[in-house]
Amino acid sequence: MSLIRKTAAELGAMIAAGEVSAAEVAEAHLDRMAEVEPKVKAFLHVDRETTLEQARAVDARLKAGEKLGPLAGVPIAHKDIFTTRDMPTTAASKILQGWRPPYDATVTRRLREAGLVILGKTNLDEFAMGSSTENSAYQLTHNPWDLTRVPGGSSGGSSAAVAAYEAPLSTGTDTGGSIRQPAAVTGIVGMKPTYGGSSRYGLIAFASSLDTPGPFARNVLDAALLQEAFSGHDPMDSTSIDAPVPSVVEAARNGDVAGMRIGVVREFAGGDGVQPGVLARFNEAVQLLESLGAKVVEVSCPSFASALPAYYLIAPSECSSNLARFDAMRYGLRVGDDGTRSAEEVMALTRAAGFGPEVKRRIMLGTYALSSGYYDAYYGQAQKVRTVIAREFEAAYQQVDVLISPTTPTTAFPIGERADDPMAMYLADLYTIPSNLTGNAAISVPCGLADEDGLPVGLQIMAPVLGDDRCYRVGAAVEKALESRWGGPLLKEAPSL
Amino acid sequence: MTMVYDEALERFEPVLGLETHVELGTNSKMFCGCRTAFGAPANTQVCPTCLALPGALPVANAAAIESTIRIGLALNCSIAEWCRMARKNYFYPDMPKNYQISQYDEPLCFDGYIDVEVYGETVRIEIERVHLEEDTGKSTHVGGATGRIHGADYSIVDYNRAGIPLVEIVTKPIPGTDRLAPEVARAYVTELREIMRSLGVSDVRMEEGSLRCDVNVSLMERGASEWGTRTETKNVNSLRSVERAVRSEIERQAGVLAGGGRIVQETRHFHEDTGTTTPGRSKEEAQDYRYFPEPDLVPIAPDPAWVAELKAALPELPSVRRKRLQAEWGLSDLDMQAMHNADAIELVEATVKAGAPAADARKWWMGELARRANETATPLADLPITPEQIARVTELVASGALNDKLAREVLEGVLAGEGTPDDVVEKRGLKIVNDEGELSAIIDEVLAANADAADKVRSGKIAAVGALVGGVMKASRGKADAARARELILEKLGVSA
Repeated sequence: MSLIRKTAAELGAMIAAGEVSAAEVAEAHLDRMAEVEPKVKAFLHVDRETTLEQARAVDARLKAGEKLGPLAGVPIAHKDIFTTRDMPTTAASKILQGWRPPYDATVTRRLREAGLVILGKTNLDEFAMGSSTENSAYQLTHNPWDLTRVPGGSSGGSSAAVAAYEAPLSTGTDTGGSIRQPAAVTGIVGMKPTYGGSSRYGLIAFASSLDTPGPFARNVLDAALLQEAFSGHDPMDSTSIDAPVPSVVEAARNGDVAGMRIGVVREFAGGDGVQPGVLARFNEAVQLLESLGAKVVEVSCPSFASALPAYYLIAPSECSSNLARFDAMRYGLRVGDDGTRSAEEVMALTRAAGFGPEVKRRIMLGTYALSSGYYDAYYGQAQKVRTVIAREFEAAYQQVDVLISPTTPTTAFPIGERADDPMAMYLADLYTIPSNLTGNAAISVPCGLADEDGLPVGLQIMAPVLGDDRCYRVGAAVEKALESRWGGPLLKEAPSL
Repeated sequence: MTMVYDEALERFEPVLGLETHVELGTNSKMFCGCRTAFGAPANTQVCPTCLALPGALPVANAAAIESTIRIGLALNCSIAEWCRMARKNYFYPDMPKNYQISQYDEPLCFDGYIDVEVYGETVRIEIERVHLEEDTGKSTHVGGATGRIHGADYSIVDYNRAGIPLVEIVTKPIPGTDRLAPEVARAYVTELREIMRSLGVSDVRMEEGSLRCDVNVSLMERGASEWGTRTETKNVNSLRSVERAVRSEIERQAGVLAGGGRIVQETRHFHEDTGTTTPGRSKEEAQDYRYFPEPDLVPIAPDPAWVAELKAALPELPSVRRKRLQAEWGLSDLDMQAMHNADAIELVEATVKAGAPAADARKWWMGELARRANETATPLADLPITPEQIARVTELVASGALNDKLAREVLEGVLAGEGTPDDVVEKRGLKIVNDEGELSAIIDEVLAANADAADKVRSGKIAAVGALVGGVMKASRGKADAARARELILEKLGVSA
């Protein structure tokens, strides 16, 4: 039982030292999953035997003297948007129900190479479109802090699994905040690496120019170790950056912010729609950083207000094209193929039956935005906004090393509250979207509980492209200071569920 | 009602436009590592990327980009210093992603020209653009009368072709060709094909679809300043069809216009058997391709120094080569033009290289072999005979071992698959009669049977010897050496030549 309370780094060290086997560690987590999954519902696919086989294989590799990384034998929950040869991959969509990919995503392959043991595939908003995981075609996932609330999204299965101590680590993908926002509302660490820093090959595309795989963990060091394990140039992804991975692990161990220049984004440090408890924790974090020797200044980024509308043109446009391949011809669901209908009719019937309402909404938005006669006013204009935001970031990073803001305007909201109000749902990503539009690195670390609901609040730390190490450095400083104040991590104990 | 060609040209002036697709002969596909061999079993040259499996990504083929730039340079184009691929979105069962990665407003090569010769006149064809894209899969529609998707019982798709690099070469509108429009169109495609061959970038086989041509035609009233509505004719699968399609569209459109009708902007299908076109998809109700820059690929930015190197390394281009060969071979413009039209220049060149005199090589390819090719509707180059074999036949003639008539029989034997020229000579016993005794005996018989002619020759009418030689040839079934026979006849009749 105590194995599930260990950090990933501790588990890795224990396995490497032979104090415990990977199989035992996996078993402890599978047991925890069996216990809490009926309430949390973080996983779409679990296969105890496959997982234990993987763990035993890692034990064998270690026994044979193979040199594996620091996370060898550590279990991980894998977002069901990465292809896996040995498990189904659905993107939480009916259209891919039962699909077994013939190939592993690069992230999957690197996890395996590093000796991580995959516990199962986690729930998400269908095709990663959403901020609450309520758009999954299969099940609702519950926030372990309060089972009536959402775990964030789209990577809500991954955040819930880690927050519920079902896994010490998980993978996510962040297109508009889909790692940072769920991390914030479940009280864990979630990092969106620099775009191109982690491979998209085998990640089922939502918006190609924004999608970024990243890590979840209960502490900053574990997140850095995981990011390092799956990052780096991938010749299978043309947009992958051919440069050394920033030294994130070293930064996470360092955590010294003395002399660092930290900018508070004025536009995101107050205003309408921000929950008072979120703002209070954020302001304390600012003071904390100052007390640790950082120089905090206010920075204005007025165009960030345009990031959300620009995002809701660019992401749907790309998705309308990316999702065109789901046409019943080669894989996945096929509806209406009774020998009387044309291929076009089967395609249309399949897509009507296979996609959920939010996916359809975005396909329609994007199709419209790219239409001839509208392209310049919508997609073209949004790309210009993107350029303006990039310039503003650039100017800001001339003055400061990192920018900070709350990760989300509110804590976890109740299940169902925003399900019928897409605009309210979209606002959950207000603060996270700018970094996606420009490809910057950004992390969310816990910074306390909101007074009014006792739910976790996240601090977002944004850094320039390839400045991932700065996110970890500042994150580690905040984590260390707050843990000494609290006498331990925010999520001290596995929640009793 | 169609209008007779000459009549049509009296009233209308045609404007041409040609879009040519060339499949590059790269070893691997445009965006993945799959092989590109023609004729492989269906769906054996496929992978996650060219099947558009969820998560798979494209990586651009550098060799294809290089080939495209070389094509652009050979067509006197400017080469873009920076350009992007674009997605062309439309649903079709043989297109795995339901978008084609192509180029839109940023072609790799633009603003070029080539000169073609028609009846000794040089016509400059301006090139609008040369861009790179990927081919689709190949559908076969089973059942139904037309072999097209409408009315078919079912369709099967072979994705081996999906993702093969395709270069599209688009001309600017070509006015002013007047009644030579069909010939100009053909000459352009012929020239293009030879340029591709000399560059070694494609095997440009129209019958296998590695060179495909769409022919745009519009008509305007003579003296009018505005161009008419154009149609785009597809399925034009041979050089001859290019010519016929233009002619047929001119006749059809003239008929429509003369009858007070209007031309509908549409895609039309050319029919090899009837030489006419029928309507396909109408472009007026048309397709909005929702082009946008391909976010999965990085921009192409060829280094100008490298482009200059490629330019310097271009091979001798066909038009230049033809002029050189014409001078070397001492042939007339008309002979060269005829050889060019018949696609015989390379064959003649290879035959000369194998040792044959140019005049003889030309004579065989343009005479006997062209006739055979025509009879069997086979491209000259596909006849089962090699330039080396032709060279051997000319050698046998020059040495006196064969005469023309026997040589023709040898060729027939080779074409019939009886082996090399020497094999055929051997097997069919086609050696000239060199035995003086045998020849002498034949002559004696002929002289005896043709006493009148013999007397005429004796009396000084030397011209009459022709009939006697003819008799000897007939009696020897063509195997006699005619020149030697003539000498012997004159000798026997006591006349000195």
